[in-house]
Amino acid sequence: MEINILAFGIAKDIFGASTVSVELPAGSSTAHLKASLEDKYPKLKQLASYMVAVNNEYAEDCLTITERDEVAIIPPVSGG
Amino acid sequence: MQTQIEIHTEPLNIQSCIDWVMSPDSGGIDVFIGTVRNATKGKRVLKLEFEAYKKMAINEINKISEQVFKQWPVQKVLVHHRTGTLHVGEIPVIIAVSAAHRDAAFEACRYIIDTLKQTVPIWKKEFFEDGEIWVAAHP
Repeated sequence: MEINILAFGIAKDIFGASTVSVELPAGSSTAHLKASLEDKYPKLKQLASYMVAVNNEYAEDCLTITERDEVAIIPPVSGG
Repeated sequence: MQTQIEIHTEPLNIQSCIDWVMSPDSGGIDVFIGTVRNATKGKRVLKLEFEAYKKMAINEINKISEQVFKQWPVQKVLVHHRTGTLHVGEIPVIIAVSAAHRDAAFEACRYIIDTLKQTVPIWKKEFFEDGEIWVAAHP
């Protein structure tokens, strides 16, 4: 399945785009997605931390992702 | 129990925020106004750029507000956050809380800004004379 990913903040700089897509086996989890992205974009591993959001909620590593989900990479936040 | 949350690129209006939280039941209003500082660790800051994942940011601020109403006897909660380019002295965030008694308003206001900085998907980039960085991105 193809997952489209929204990128914000420094993640946008790392990906070189505000959206990227990755190909993952059906039934993949957030952890699989992170591993695949880190493989493709090793600079993600240099961040202080980052989270995956699925449908506007912070996602646990074990959450299963589907093609219909809105997926986003959330680097360390710094609002306020 | 009322909440007003806004995220937009227009300049924030302090007076209209205060007017919105004002109520006859309130004994006080606590307001936090964030402002763009001219330096970070001794380096001159030229401007900041704020970016938000708007839908999720509003969700997360709503969660903070729900928690506030559970934890403190407050009447109204307002959070306005600006995005886009801001210069020194401009206002990226206004938080206003009204309550019958001041302790609740002070504590809730503090809780909102502290939690917002930890959980709400908004990012700022600092621009210096010799470069730019996304704040908090790297250890």
